[in-house]
Amino acid sequence: MPIIYRKNAIDFSFSLITALASLTVILLVTGIFATLMRESFLSIQKFGVVRFLTSTDWNPVKESFGAATTIYGTVVTTFLALLIAVPTAVGIAIFVTEISPNLLKGPIGIAIELLAAIPSIIYGMWGLFTLAPLMSRYIEPALQKSLGKLPLLGSLFQGTPLGIDIFTASVILSIMIIPFTASISRDAFNLTPAVVKESAYAIGTTKWEVVKDVILPYSKLGVFVGIALSLGRALGETMAVAFVLGNNHQITSSLFQAAATITVSLANEFTEADSDIYLSSLFYLALVLFVLSFVVLAVAKFFLLKAERRYSR
Amino acid sequence: MNLEGRRKLESLMALILSTLAAFFGLFWLIFILSDVLIHGIGALRISLFLNDPTPAGIAGGGLRNAFVGQLLITLFATLIGVPVGVLGGTFLAEYARGTKISQFISILADIMVSVPSIVIGTFAYAILVRPVGHFNGWAGAVALAIIMIPVVLRTTEDMLSLVPWTLREAAFALGAPYYKVIIQVVYRGAATGILTGILLSIARVAGETAPLLFTSFNNAYFSLDMNRPIASLTASIFQYAMGPYDDWHAQAWAASFVITLFILAITILGRLIIKWRYK
Repeated sequence: MPIIYRKNAIDFSFSLITALASLTVILLVTGIFATLMRESFLSIQKFGVVRFLTSTDWNPVKESFGAATTIYGTVVTTFLALLIAVPTAVGIAIFVTEISPNLLKGPIGIAIELLAAIPSIIYGMWGLFTLAPLMSRYIEPALQKSLGKLPLLGSLFQGTPLGIDIFTASVILSIMIIPFTASISRDAFNLTPAVVKESAYAIGTTKWEVVKDVILPYSKLGVFVGIALSLGRALGETMAVAFVLGNNHQITSSLFQAAATITVSLANEFTEADSDIYLSSLFYLALVLFVLSFVVLAVAKFFLLKAERRYSR
Repeated sequence: MNLEGRRKLESLMALILSTLAAFFGLFWLIFILSDVLIHGIGALRISLFLNDPTPAGIAGGGLRNAFVGQLLITLFATLIGVPVGVLGGTFLAEYARGTKISQFISILADIMVSVPSIVIGTFAYAILVRPVGHFNGWAGAVALAIIMIPVVLRTTEDMLSLVPWTLREAAFALGAPYYKVIIQVVYRGAATGILTGILLSIARVAGETAPLLFTSFNNAYFSLDMNRPIASLTASIFQYAMGPYDDWHAQAWAASFVITLFILAITILGRLIIKWRYK
């Protein structure tokens, strides 16, 4: 089919306008990349790539900047959040597709999608006002008393439990991505043909064996895509963690310490950056985040296309 | 224990675990919602909508400026984002249907949907705040529009693809040029779907905070000037929640309640329309 219609003048202009409108997407992606490159040029020139990514020094006064602390914070909070969210979300998906009575399936499904629509700032504020005090008063001291006594794991739970730390931020982040991951996993589970499940039941398998040996192998690509998309979302989440992470540029072995992620640094420092190199370094951080999440999302999309091709066959 | 008993026990354990996981997940989510509800309704005053902020510590302040500012920013974001998104989606689903370029843009748009919104904020800052020299409402509206475009574009593409091809052929057979077929036949067939996509994209950007922090910034005074910093609900919530005053915290809860209610209402409306139209 011809992309631009030439037969009719109005048709030609209309097809041209729509073509231009769709090209904005390409323009935006390249524009964002080019602009972030240009704005962070000063910092790239001064600190290079490897040094910037590995330096733990973030010192606006001395004008020395490195991204290692914020990348560390981003990776740790995201990892912990996924660690909590993925099993829970898969559990929810199993519950909705296989266990719950038909009467409950609809309402739970709707509830999950509505919760995915709640803006992240609500999660963040709730974390600051409700979860952080609970953490510092009950949950974190309890963890210190139990797990904190263990020889190696113990170092994860050192320090005064203030509630403004990596642990609280990760928990909020995980609560935020649970609905998202659960809804994708559920959709993947639902793609398993009923006939295959029924044949498994017919030879006498238990429900868990059907989930483990039929549904999960069948939908593993879909679930994997769901996890990758959640990873992309968690990497770039700002407001849910901005309230409770403390924006403290340090690498700490304890989860009960304040830290910083790329997003939190940007949110807190962007309007305060008073020197060109400071602002440029913040743009550099944004560039790192953009590239990181773009790659993760592109990989997820690639596997999604692969999964779709498989299911449609 | 025999093999069968072990298998049954294992199954039971696994099912109990996933049920617990489901309740664990739902527990937090209900906890958050009820908390916003309780604190929000408790702090809701008519003055929140009618008054502008008072100097810190003086009671009786409201967030009228933020409500108006949020409406303005969202309105202009919609005015910019929706036409671009709908037209772009039209190109992908009609003129370029099935081509490589259409698939490529579609994939790129899908990725753009999930790109961190704060990165888009820094982009808007670089192109619209820095050259001007001060924060302004337009930068905020453009940042939100950039978030909207891929969402609207993808839903439009999907909705147009749902319109049967034979319908277009019928119109072609009457001698109608393609643009007339699109506007008078295809759009009409997909109108509800596109509208729903627009509604959901508005719900998506209405709660965005990160891209507004350094584009439209914030403003303690009532302002309708999009060329100046302008207040928004979400940025105000961030500022008030992080601030030291109880009065601020109460207003932040109330504003959160209003914004959550608004977004949930739009989302439910969108789902109802889809259910009603595409059953």
